[in-house]
Amino acid sequence: MMLDREITMRGSSVTDESTLPGDARPTSGANRGISVFDLNIYYGDFLAVADVSMEIEARSITALIGPSGCGKSTFLRSLNRMHEVIDGARVEGSVRLDGEDLYGSGVDPVAVRRRVGMVFQRPNPFPTMSIYDNVVAGIRLNSAKLRRAETDEIVERSLRGANLWEEVKDRLDQPGSGLSGGQQQRLCIARATAVEPDVLLMDEPCSALDPISTLAIEQLMLELKENFTIVIVTHNMQQAARVSDRTGFFNIAGTGKPGRLIEIDDTKRMFSNPTEQATQDYVTGRFG
Amino acid sequence: MTSVMNDVTAPTVGLDARRMSRAAEGAIAAVSLLLGISIPNLLGNGKWGWILIVAALSYVSLTYVGSRVLEDRRQATDRVMRATLTVAFVLVMLPLLSVTWTVIREGVSRFDGTFLGGTMRLTPEDLLAQREGFAAGGAFHAMVGTLIITGLAAAIAIPLGLLTAVYLVEYGRGRLARAITTMVDVMTGIPSIVAGLFAYALFVIIFGPGSRTGIAGGVALSVLMTPVVVRSAEEMLRLVPNELREASYALGVPKWRTILKVVIPTAVAGILTGITLAVARVIGETAPLLIAAGLAQETNVNPFDGRMTSLPVFTYYQYVQPGIPTEAGVERAWAAALMLVLIVAALFVLARVLANVLKPKGLR
Amino acid sequence: MTLLSPQSASVTAQTASRGRLGDRVFSGLSRAAGINILIILAGVAAFLVVEGRAGIFGDTEEMSGSDNFLQYVGPLVFGTVYASFLALLIAAPLGVAVALFISHYAPKRVSQTLGYLVDLLAAIPSVVFGIWGITVLAPILSGNLYPWLNENLDFLPFFSGTISTSGRSMLTAGIVLAVMILPVITAISREVFLQTPRLHEEASLALGATKWEMIRQAVLPYGRSGVISGCMLGLGRALGETMAVAIILSPSDGYFWSVLTNQNSNTIASNVALKFPEAYGLDVNRLIATGLVLFGITFLVNALARRVANAGFSGADG
Repeated sequence: MMLDREITMRGSSVTDESTLPGDARPTSGANRGISVFDLNIYYGDFLAVADVSMEIEARSITALIGPSGCGKSTFLRSLNRMHEVIDGARVEGSVRLDGEDLYGSGVDPVAVRRRVGMVFQRPNPFPTMSIYDNVVAGIRLNSAKLRRAETDEIVERSLRGANLWEEVKDRLDQPGSGLSGGQQQRLCIARATAVEPDVLLMDEPCSALDPISTLAIEQLMLELKENFTIVIVTHNMQQAARVSDRTGFFNIAGTGKPGRLIEIDDTKRMFSNPTEQATQDYVTGRFG
Repeated sequence: MTSVMNDVTAPTVGLDARRMSRAAEGAIAAVSLLLGISIPNLLGNGKWGWILIVAALSYVSLTYVGSRVLEDRRQATDRVMRATLTVAFVLVMLPLLSVTWTVIREGVSRFDGTFLGGTMRLTPEDLLAQREGFAAGGAFHAMVGTLIITGLAAAIAIPLGLLTAVYLVEYGRGRLARAITTMVDVMTGIPSIVAGLFAYALFVIIFGPGSRTGIAGGVALSVLMTPVVVRSAEEMLRLVPNELREASYALGVPKWRTILKVVIPTAVAGILTGITLAVARVIGETAPLLIAAGLAQETNVNPFDGRMTSLPVFTYYQYVQPGIPTEAGVERAWAAALMLVLIVAALFVLARVLANVLKPKGLR
Repeated sequence: MTLLSPQSASVTAQTASRGRLGDRVFSGLSRAAGINILIILAGVAAFLVVEGRAGIFGDTEEMSGSDNFLQYVGPLVFGTVYASFLALLIAAPLGVAVALFISHYAPKRVSQTLGYLVDLLAAIPSVVFGIWGITVLAPILSGNLYPWLNENLDFLPFFSGTISTSGRSMLTAGIVLAVMILPVITAISREVFLQTPRLHEEASLALGATKWEMIRQAVLPYGRSGVISGCMLGLGRALGETMAVAIILSPSDGYFWSVLTNQNSNTIASNVALKFPEAYGLDVNRLIATGLVLFGITFLVNALARRVANAGFSGADG
């Protein structure tokens, strides 16, 4: 009974979304965009990232680039409150998803992370679980009493969505750690998408992979943006240019200084004719 | 990915998931405390233990109920586990507090000059005084015994353990090293009383049946201490980065000098800490000394001749054979227990200090 | 090479040969120390066998009580295993809970100190635990908990019988043993819990897991083999623990299931400690033989612990 209600809730929201034009205003009700306003991220007293404001458009890929230590990963993790794993982490400002502040007083980080999934730098399937169990790991958290047929369906759908189904369908009960690096990363993507988040954060998802696996993941990202809002941090500027719709450039003035968002714009423009000189220097490989 | 619509998964909770407020958390804690105090008292049994138990149980169950009502099932489970683990920790701290408190409270009454300076060789006057409730009898001989026996154990175990660790880390390859590693593990598991029996059986062959000596006690303790020294020293030596060794070889320094001048000095803080903790571990051992070194009433400084009392054995006998009046013996037992705990605590502090002071700067 | 003066050449040769000699001496010494360990261990077994043999096969007429060795050691083995099992039953869940509390719940700043406090528990000499157990813990238990267990759960054989008013029963011994082995379990569990790869923990959190769900999903499966081997090591410690049991337990000859009464099967170690100081003749040999049995039991348990640990860790790495 509960489930029925949820499906309708979910269904209606999807219908709403499908009627929205692609460039819907991020602040309007039911879409999957994120708007960040004046965000400062601290670790204890240390200001790691300062004054970030940006609109992340729904169902598009936003790439975040910048030199090492510029705070782009920290910023990414603040979008689903994963940075709070470190003691003393806190933020000022607001991050709104569907107009709801992720840092509002009554907001549970656990709820945030269900709607904003994450894929990490290194593939991290649970080593003690099979491929199958890895995919449904997130779902089992919420609804313990799913029938086998239902989880079967979710597993197939998620693995198909991650372009992994054909490769693993005969060995779903094998441990996920037996797969190749690229397959493991796609498994992690399947695991993240299985809980149907609105947003998918990717923290340098290809940095531990070979070029062929990287290509497969990039291909996959382009398919995933049909349904998810994707934010990716990458060191690889070609990758940002290849996959993203918009690109944000972070920079840091020096060690001990906070990272800042220098500029965010359409990817084409960022790589051809950016407004800021620093961006120009960075994308042309003059530093970083 | 087109079937987003027939999503059978979790509810997409709004971000404003219902959260228990601070006030609610505080209220639960307060009510638990209140229940803890009132229920046992109303049932006519207002002892501390019951108060704690009732308070802890009400805290865990009220947390669950509160969270189920105000939040959801998952949050409730999460909170209950947090509360349970916290209660478990507090529960485990109780014996530590109780032991420490009891030892101090009972031990100070006889922690006096007579105790520190006297032995159990009691003159008729001493016995008379003891009967009348005056302090008599001490543990000086037991402290000397503990010092000698532990010293002997250390003199055997430290070189043996260190050299073995060096062998395992720097030289050992193949079957011999594997065999030694396994045997050190086995040795770690030897029950202390078995070590005592071994030392007894060994020295019976040398000194004849029924012999109990300080050296036998020392050997028994060294059997217990060696594997601890090997383990900790091995671990510390393995932490020394290989680059340091290679840098030394590149300067033409032979291997043995590299080990003595580069590897061991780098690891010295950890090694000394490990040795101190190993001493702390064996200094409180009773059973093997009961078997191998026995009990004497006066000071014996010759480990090769005659029985030698140690502090733990002294504690044991003063408690189980307290003499007349019993309080005299029991008080001496507690004083000796206090002494033991103080020694162990001092060794623990020493280990910490060593670890901090000797740590080579720039490492870790 | 020809430019090298004869003097400097000889210096080099000298250093080299001294180095070689030093190396040989030093490696020989350390090797000898290692071999010594093997000899000592073989010696422990050999001397126990030599001195214990007479206790097993000797004339029972010359020993106190005329049971044969199996009849003699049987109740002791039972008592040893029973007391240790009780201790493990109490200490394992508590130890793991405390380890989790320290590794994942306590604030980072104090967690190290809290771990240190638990370690301190392991440093208290067992004789001190013994006299604390009998003077403080036993009266509390026999005055409060035991009557309740006896009244309400006496349909279970464990809680039936006349409770010991002094509290010198199997359960008291088991609880004190539990306190003593808990630090072992906690220390090892805590270590493996802390080693859980951050990646796995974050993967779980990013799926929307609560802290406890994250622990169940990532931490516990990863640490399982470590926890098991920690429990086995704790069990090994309990099996050999002597003084606390010797002081607390009121022993009788025979097999007793009830944990609340004055009649309890003694443990091997405690029996040796109680009887050895006054024993003579073949009784000594028989006690040594029981020590050999204890050595065998602990050896098996510890070997099992190592196997679990080794199997588990290599699996988790893969």
